[in-house]
Amino acid sequence: MSRRRSRISEEEINELISKLQSLVPESRRCGSNRASATKLLKETCNYIKSLQREVDDLSDRLSDLMAGMDNNSAQADIIRSLLSS
Amino acid sequence: MNRKNPLPNSNPNSPNSSMQALHFLQALARIARAAPKPAHSARTRQIRHAAYASMAHSSRSSRRTWSRALLHRLRQWQQQRPGRLLTVRRRVRIVTPITSRPEEPARAETLRQLVPGGRGMEYCNLLEETADYVQCLRAQVQLMQTLLDAFSS
Repeated sequence: MSRRRSRISEEEINELISKLQSLVPESRRCGSNRASATKLLKETCNYIKSLQREVDDLSDRLSDLMAGMDNNSAQADIIRSLLSS
Repeated sequence: MNRKNPLPNSNPNSPNSSMQALHFLQALARIARAAPKPAHSARTRQIRHAAYASMAHSSRSSRRTWSRALLHRLRQWQQQRPGRLLTVRRRVRIVTPITSRPEEPARAETLRQLVPGGRGMEYCNLLEETADYVQCLRAQVQLMQTLLDAFSS
């Protein structure tokens, strides 16, 4: 397995960092020096954790919702929302 | 639920999101049809499993390391049985210990733990995979929120 370690250019890393910056809210700052890269990574970690928590929470709420449905209406609702979005 | 700010760069009509949405809806329909009805906590687990599975199956992400790692993890969750002796590994990946990666920012280790399959990646790949993973996560959250709104109106 070959190692490409120092061949990856600074430019590529900066490009990826700015892509992450555009995805993660509250991290729109200029500059890609080391300090802000660390900050961006921290924001990204927090963002991922909060998204995963949201998935858990939404799963729970969807489960609540599905508890109150009988089989026929559940499928009808799903199909209806699929068609209308 | 309070949303902090609208999500930029997310296009709910792109083919990737449609695949993801379709997969999730099919899984939900299967869960809804199950008889007898599972307990609330079991159903929550199934829905959550379906959410991550549809993220991994969306057309953009099926080529990604994180989606393969996630699918592997999901299969392990599903197959948790007390009598199981060993997990067979197809290939052992040699992972560089973190202490020998001094050029990475300090938070990269946490990120490696959060992104599925992150431990074995080069730093450059990790960033790319993270961006992709975040996009899929956001799309999934958006999708589930939309469903909840649609069902409860």
